[in-house]
Amino acid sequence: MKLAPRFAVLLAAAAVAAGCAPQTSDNSSSDKDDKSGTLRVWLFQEVGNDPKAKVVDSVVTAFEKAHKGTKVDVEYIPIDTRAQRVKAAFNDPKSAPDVMEYGNTDTAGYVKDGGLLDVTKEFGAWSEAKDTDPTAKQSVTVDGKTYGSPFYVGVRALYYRTDVFKDLGLQPPKSMAELAATARKIHKAKSDLYGLVVGGAYTYGAMPFVWANGGELATAKGGSGGSYTSAIDSAAAQKGIKAYTSLFTSDNCPAAKCAVMGGNDTITAFAAGKAGMAIGGDFSHTAVEAGKVKGKYAVVPLPGVASGSVAPAFAGGNNIGVLKSTSHRTLAVDLMEQLTSKATQASMFDAMGFLPTFTDVRGAAAAKVPFEKPFVQTLAAGTKFVPASPGWSEIDSSLVLPTMLQEVISGKKSVAAASGDAAKKMNSAFSSAG
Amino acid sequence: MYLAPALVVLGGLLVYPIYQLGLISFFQYTQAQVSGGEPTTFKGFGNYSELFSDSQFWQVLLSTVLFAGACVVSTLAVGCALAVLLTRVRALPRLVLMLAALGAWATPAVTGSTVWLLLFDPDFGPVNRILGLGDHSWTYGRLSAFFLVLLEVVWCSFPFVMVTVYAGIRAVPSEVLEAAALDGASQWRIWRSVLTPMLRPILTVVTIQSVIWDFKVFTQIYVMTNGGGIAGQNLVLNVYAYQQAFASSKYSLGSAIGVVMLLMLLAVTLVYLRLLRRQGEEL
Repeated sequence: MKLAPRFAVLLAAAAVAAGCAPQTSDNSSSDKDDKSGTLRVWLFQEVGNDPKAKVVDSVVTAFEKAHKGTKVDVEYIPIDTRAQRVKAAFNDPKSAPDVMEYGNTDTAGYVKDGGLLDVTKEFGAWSEAKDTDPTAKQSVTVDGKTYGSPFYVGVRALYYRTDVFKDLGLQPPKSMAELAATARKIHKAKSDLYGLVVGGAYTYGAMPFVWANGGELATAKGGSGGSYTSAIDSAAAQKGIKAYTSLFTSDNCPAAKCAVMGGNDTITAFAAGKAGMAIGGDFSHTAVEAGKVKGKYAVVPLPGVASGSVAPAFAGGNNIGVLKSTSHRTLAVDLMEQLTSKATQASMFDAMGFLPTFTDVRGAAAAKVPFEKPFVQTLAAGTKFVPASPGWSEIDSSLVLPTMLQEVISGKKSVAAASGDAAKKMNSAFSSAG
Repeated sequence: MYLAPALVVLGGLLVYPIYQLGLISFFQYTQAQVSGGEPTTFKGFGNYSELFSDSQFWQVLLSTVLFAGACVVSTLAVGCALAVLLTRVRALPRLVLMLAALGAWATPAVTGSTVWLLLFDPDFGPVNRILGLGDHSWTYGRLSAFFLVLLEVVWCSFPFVMVTVYAGIRAVPSEVLEAAALDGASQWRIWRSVLTPMLRPILTVVTIQSVIWDFKVFTQIYVMTNGGGIAGQNLVLNVYAYQQAFASSKYSLGSAIGVVMLLMLLAVTLVYLRLLRRQGEEL
């Protein structure tokens, strides 16, 4: 064997090198707390970002005036690539920002990655924090500690076509059973429209059905570990899954087309005038306004199981947090509070339509803009949040729930089997995430 | 010794990444470890046993092998047939065919996939309109989605086979072909009994290339089936590895999948070369 000596050398080299582990970053919290210098801030780049930038600029100017010798450097990062940017920031603290905006479902994952600073003390001592709505508070909390301040909330409700409803003499549905019946009536009368456009990959459109039927994504195990057990296969949750997946039929939204749709696809279909109803967020307003259906739609809260009730919605939204690696701890926390203060959130609502996380500010905002009323109503009726476990990011990114929905919709598995498999995957994600 | 500089560059570019891939696959290495939130721990073959006990992995592996096999066979068939055709037609059609093939070859995979998807779109696509299929969805069924992707893969990889085989045929002395034709051999007979043996080295290269390409197909599946199809029915290994490694930030498990793929491709290539050598052919 001619190859043997070379191979032996390689093996020896590998043996020597095996002593070293793969690279990791030393992302320990910085002990420095400089009282001057430059603060770097990352905020999300929205579609039509100018009004947001204007509000942020005024906050920053006031902040720089109040703190001599500080400069605030704001960068707007594209939402599509934020995951990579944030990972990179955690990996290389030198290029990381001090303060950053992040999606509230990412909280637990980022905490586990060791990226976010525990601001429990400061947040508790902040006079404005007591008016923060409980679900928003929950979205910055992991294991009883606070890792940031809520920036805005987003919530979904039922969009419907006023012209179609008037034509057919329909009323906005008051219960989930009515919702399904209304959807079928629309499709029957106007076969080119989906009744209620639904998506097999639209997790947050499906969850209200599970919650309204009394189901849960997961339940917290007792104790301080903050560990979760999946509840997606419980009888109540299965009822919800059945209710949602039964909408994927040829008399409402054919599985062949709707099974692949995500949330955005359903909104696009509604905006293009291809659906009688859709489940959309307050943040979808612009997209719908830009479509064909402008002026021909209205919004009501998504109905629950009992007539006249509201289905619990998922409380999405963004938070602003401080990175562990910051060398300006006090200043960064102060800036975080300024960026999420009642005054800022009120002007951010006027500029961008972001719903405030403070109940009093939100009430005042809703009184001004009638469009927001159903969304604020939905929030007031009680919202739900995803499990505050780092396992959630994995469940989300490995598409556990869309897979479950699609398995049922395409008839590959029964509701019981699909939800049982999903529960198994969720539990392994929860347990491996610790 | 003259080879030393080349070896150093090759070593740096090839061996080091593979070494890192192998190394990472033996550790618990997720985003939390990379950014220092948790210590890195040695797992031995833990990632591999997790992978091999996952029934989804075996399912994905099986569909990858079948899908890649179908792609290789179709690509070679289309490529060789068109190469033979090229030798039979006049200059102008040859030029047109060449240009069309080169255009397909030069199209980036993402663009090609998006265009194919649009052609077969249930609502707006021209294919359904021409065939009168109404709003039939091509990506809903498992096989029909794989078939659609197969068409795209064949479309963007047959030009390589065609051009290479065409060059090979041109290098075959025309007397041999004339002799065969005089003996009354049909076109198919000439291909099977004269061209194939003479083109064996070239066919070997394009086959191995195609196996490697089609086994590693990513873009087409990712774009055309929206990241693996309904309930993951159209996942292939590379997309699966991407989902594990990057979307779920489980870099170590992703690396393990990478190592398994590497070993499989290496084995296929070695076995193939071995077989050839037995038959007394030198590459």
